[in-house]
Amino acid sequence: MDFTKLFELVVSSALINNFVFTMFLGLCIFFGVSKKMETAVGMSITFLMVMVVSAALSWVVYQFIMVPLDLTFLKIIIFIGVVAAFVQSADTIMKKVSPSLYYKLGVYLALITTNCIIIAVPLKNAGEHYNFFESIAFALGSGIGFGLALIIMASIREKLEVADVPAPFRGLPISFIIAGLIALAFTGFSGLITL
Amino acid sequence: MFDSNIANNIVDLIQYINKIPLPMLGVGGGVEVRETVDLVELLKFTGAFLLGISAIFGMGLAFAAKKFSVKEDPRVDQVSDVLAHAHCGACGFPGCRQYAEQVVLNPDVKPTLCTPGGAATAEAVARITGKVMEQTEPKIARVFCQGGCSKSSRRFKYEGVKECRAAIIASGGDKACIYGCLGYGSCSKACPFDAITMSEENLPVIDPVKCTACGVCAQTCPINVIEILPTAKEVLVSCHSKDKGPVAKKHCQTACIACGICVKVCPYNAPKIENFLSTIDLDKCKVCGLCTKKCPTNAILDYIPKRPKAFVTDKCIGCHMCAKVCPVNAASGELKKLHVIDQEKCIGCGICASKCPKVAITGTFNYPEVLKVYEEKKAARAKAKEEAKAKEETPSS
Repeated sequence: MDFTKLFELVVSSALINNFVFTMFLGLCIFFGVSKKMETAVGMSITFLMVMVVSAALSWVVYQFIMVPLDLTFLKIIIFIGVVAAFVQSADTIMKKVSPSLYYKLGVYLALITTNCIIIAVPLKNAGEHYNFFESIAFALGSGIGFGLALIIMASIREKLEVADVPAPFRGLPISFIIAGLIALAFTGFSGLITL
Repeated sequence: MFDSNIANNIVDLIQYINKIPLPMLGVGGGVEVRETVDLVELLKFTGAFLLGISAIFGMGLAFAAKKFSVKEDPRVDQVSDVLAHAHCGACGFPGCRQYAEQVVLNPDVKPTLCTPGGAATAEAVARITGKVMEQTEPKIARVFCQGGCSKSSRRFKYEGVKECRAAIIASGGDKACIYGCLGYGSCSKACPFDAITMSEENLPVIDPVKCTACGVCAQTCPINVIEILPTAKEVLVSCHSKDKGPVAKKHCQTACIACGICVKVCPYNAPKIENFLSTIDLDKCKVCGLCTKKCPTNAILDYIPKRPKAFVTDKCIGCHMCAKVCPVNAASGELKKLHVIDQEKCIGCGICASKCPKVAITGTFNYPEVLKVYEEKKAARAKAKEEAKAKEETPSS
């Protein structure tokens, strides 16, 4: 196992190829839950967990069932099923095992089921022929990257609440402008690592 | 045969499709490009795979639901359904769900805590949980400041963030009166029901229809200028200034200067002056509104928009009581004859209506209440009479 490769994958997916700021995926949640820091942190943690576990699950399903059976063209449908089943069972199990965690994160779990970033990670893993550890590293990096984006946005938007924004830009418009500026700043990471 | 024709056609079609090269189908993830694809095989595998994986998922989920099922009191869901779901935190719990759980499981939690839901919700919660509901008085948020920008003075020009909680950090706010509303609208932003709007005078205006008395505004306000009070108490000294008279007057045109006129004028001894501020004792106040008319700085606010005037009905026996109690000498008339109330002079205070022994005066704001009290008394008297009669009859028979 090549640890440098794994580390590079984490860094590149978190910073250089950040899903939100370079691929513009998951924008609905990015704008939806970035109003408050508390919800943003809860969402990022839930996202990270679901992403890593669903990436591992779908890698197993893909490599051991779908590739031998020549069914790789079904990957979108199957990955959605895998994620949905996992999230649903996680929801049920969490309610029993840790009710306090369920009340904190349960709301976000239901929202995650059909999110585009969650489905993008296994698809990308499949497309790039990553092995198991690389897949997990990629999912971890993507989760960290999304959490980073969400927390940066939430901290800015909390300050924005009291700022004197011109009337036409109040609310979502200014958030889009800010997202664009952050995306511009994130381009500074490109060239940090050459894979 | 017609049927075998269709079957033959389908077989032909599949054979035809099989001949079409589909080079890009299923490529990727270790699968190489191929010349042709065996469609029948592929469909078989697809079907088996989809069925298999959905069966596994289904069984897994069913197993999880069974094994990890949480036994919940069904009443929690029922209570949760009737709550207001504003998640305002007025009940003291983080959310509606938590309150629903606590009110079902904990015998000490009262069923009346959901203020946005009002009396109907409290009743439903009490019914579901089997708790005794105490009568709740409807409440509303009241603003204790009338010193808008044109009536009050400022110590300095504040140009920071337009937010009361930020403004208060700048040496206690820019307003000269430290007890007054800063006017940057933190309460209006905090209100979960959009019940607070800021007037042109930069004062919060509370919409009595939308306000649910959840108390979020009162918690948000850094100077505690908003209080949650019973809706029925509609006459209030709308000032919190504890400054001495001249100082208060200098800071604000409508401040309470503790002159004591309200104390003198009140027929029920409700106002009391403490720390250079008059406060109305809500238990004593009968909302007559006399003090609002007499207050020299108009610091006392009457929340009844227009007071209907009193008039005398045929029930009048001419006892002259109304003429005695009227603070503005509007009632007049000879003894044992129908009295009249001068509509020009009447201020609609309702004192005469409450004092009239025959409930002959109607039209005032408090008439329904007075009538209710009268009916109750009448019923009680009739009951007492009956009881006395029954007592008399028992020994004789």
